[in-house]
Amino acid sequence: MAEQVIPTKKMPPGLQVENVDDRIMTLNVGPQHPGSGHMRIIVKIDGDYIVDADPDPGYVHRGEEKMAESRNYITNIPHLERPVIHDSCNILYPYILGVEDLVGIEVPERAKYVRVIAAELNRCIYIQYWLAIYGIFLGHSTMFMWPTGDRELLIDLMEKITGARVTHAYFIPGGVRNDVPANFEDVCLRQVNYFEKRIKEYADIFYDNPILKARTEDTGVLSREDAIRLGTTGSVLRASGVDYDLRIKEPYDVYDELDVHTNVLKEGDSYARSKIPWLDMLESCNIIRQALEKMPKSGSIRKKLKPNPKGRNDEVYHRVESGRGSAGCHIISREKPEPYRLKLSVSSFRNLIALPYLLKGEKLGNMPAVYWSLNYWPVEADR
Amino acid sequence: MSTSETTPPPKEIPPPKAAPPEKTKPPVPAFEKSYVDQITNQFSDDVEVEYIKENRTRVNVKKEKIAEVAKFIKDNTPFDHAESVTGVDFPEDKEIGVIYHLGSYTDPTYSKQVLALATRVPREENPNPGNDSTKLQSLRDMFYSVEFHEREIFEMLGVYFEGHPDNRRLLLPEDWADLPPLRKDFKNRGR
Amino acid sequence: MLKELLTPQNANVFVGKLGDILYKAIDKPLGMAINWGRLWSLWPVHIETACCSVEFGAASSPRYDVERFGIIEAFGSLRQCDLVVVQGTITRKMAPRLRLVYDQMPEPKYVIAMGACAITGGLYFDSYNVLPGIDGILPVDVYVPGCPPRPETLIQGCMLLQEKIKRMKAR
Repeated sequence: MAEQVIPTKKMPPGLQVENVDDRIMTLNVGPQHPGSGHMRIIVKIDGDYIVDADPDPGYVHRGEEKMAESRNYITNIPHLERPVIHDSCNILYPYILGVEDLVGIEVPERAKYVRVIAAELNRCIYIQYWLAIYGIFLGHSTMFMWPTGDRELLIDLMEKITGARVTHAYFIPGGVRNDVPANFEDVCLRQVNYFEKRIKEYADIFYDNPILKARTEDTGVLSREDAIRLGTTGSVLRASGVDYDLRIKEPYDVYDELDVHTNVLKEGDSYARSKIPWLDMLESCNIIRQALEKMPKSGSIRKKLKPNPKGRNDEVYHRVESGRGSAGCHIISREKPEPYRLKLSVSSFRNLIALPYLLKGEKLGNMPAVYWSLNYWPVEADR
Repeated sequence: MSTSETTPPPKEIPPPKAAPPEKTKPPVPAFEKSYVDQITNQFSDDVEVEYIKENRTRVNVKKEKIAEVAKFIKDNTPFDHAESVTGVDFPEDKEIGVIYHLGSYTDPTYSKQVLALATRVPREENPNPGNDSTKLQSLRDMFYSVEFHEREIFEMLGVYFEGHPDNRRLLLPEDWADLPPLRKDFKNRGR
Repeated sequence: MLKELLTPQNANVFVGKLGDILYKAIDKPLGMAINWGRLWSLWPVHIETACCSVEFGAASSPRYDVERFGIIEAFGSLRQCDLVVVQGTITRKMAPRLRLVYDQMPEPKYVIAMGACAITGGLYFDSYNVLPGIDGILPVDVYVPGCPPRPETLIQGCMLLQEKIKRMKAR
């Protein structure tokens, strides 16, 4: 029996031990990684440069669309806002508009204004959280602390209206669930004015910061043509110079009565993409102030809905501008209390397609800056 | 103790219910009709207009012609990207529907419009995704943004897209061996 | 007598017994000190699994500030962590990864199940891709109910865990 000279190491099954290429290296970023969130990005690097990137979402795929088929139109509300709990009003908005269209119910004027205020407050809450994570991705701890602290102001305000911190389930077909509390207008105006003053200070510490500019400018540049070709939406699209905001282009509820401006930047790099949401927050403060002024001081807050409403034999597709971009809801209904098929067309999933495109040719260290500037929330993309 | 006895006020006769307004068909919006007509004029027999509503139109296309129609839309109308792709299962008709929602960023007059381009593919009782007759031509060459949406439809309903470079799994776990979950014969626990 | 016992065959057993005796002797005075050290420096792993991570992030915000209670912000390296806060739904795709993360952490390690989904599946009890709670894959120490739990609830759960560690035997 010949003695074995070279010891063979027992390897776990499934590993490739032969033909190991030493030039291109494959890296798994996530799902447990400080710079990935709830998803995995498989990147192939040559030295320090990314040559290929393959996003692997689905770690939070909970089958919301299948679940919606076995629940009726009202019981669908709580789980449909879970994909983005910190933007729950906006993610629910297209679904509610669709159900109202199918059931055929008119919304009172005051409820429309309350909806707009709640949606804009929620947009600020979402963007503040996004900004905090962007700060911590870039190693800027102050930018984590400031937005998460200021965000609590608006969360308090939403808690006063709806009774919940993040998962509001506030919009229902036919209006909103309950009226705003007494002297809400004064409190809201005061908080929003203070909030606006605070977020203007972010420019000094974050957006005019030379370190941030050095890290994000000219990284992950998305040209105007490519932004359109890839079908991106929201802040990614507007940072590339396309003027497209559904609040202006396809006004829903009372957005056509308010003076809404949109923010467009031409650069298309990570810096522009990180700046657009911040400008959106300032714009949201303007919209809230206008809506508070124009809101009818009294009146009905919801139209009575008959229990277990049935849709008509039709399909509807409604979309709104959420904190990340266009959020659409496609409902195919038969004459039953449950939707036949419900599809959420969410902006995170639409922006994900830009990620492999943008990462190619970038340095590996720029990956978090590019990835989170896409205004991406993995739970929403997976649904 | 009050002695006054009040007679109950005479019941008001409710006004006769107004006759329900006659359902009139809403007029067909002209602008929406104009671009749908462009498509129907080109492909007279192969397309069928499902509805023309305000800002929303839907055109049903035969599955062999879907790539051709999409190419025509891409070249001749301002629709430049796909917003979402919905797959629907119709077990009674033994078909699976695929609906592309197209939108436009470049032309401001079209920014409200969503054109739904729908088609149906045959459905197999025992699906074998990728190797059965449930196949459709991919629109990735025309509308690049459908790439991930089509991957999602492939795993959720088993529609194989010919011409798509990677019909791989996207959201489901790697070891998923059950039916595609959005088919109607796949049931959730306890439902 | 002792020489007979200390043959090479049973030396290991003997040393093991000796270790047990020693361990029992120092457990009372030193165990408390060891536990005290663990108590105030719990390091959670940076693994987000679902939407409860929003409230986990809010718990480290200036208003709630979990660091007051000796629980540091989520940390990237598994090898230095001793706490897994399971932040919400565990899907079938995430479950093996979560177990992999848990297996790589050094002993002793603790698990907090945060949110209704991590406890029983919650709102997604009938979904095809969601586990009905994480009991099947991880030994849970503290359950924090809520959908999502408020940061105060999470802090209370962490304090309950500290209470539990205080009464544990130091291993």
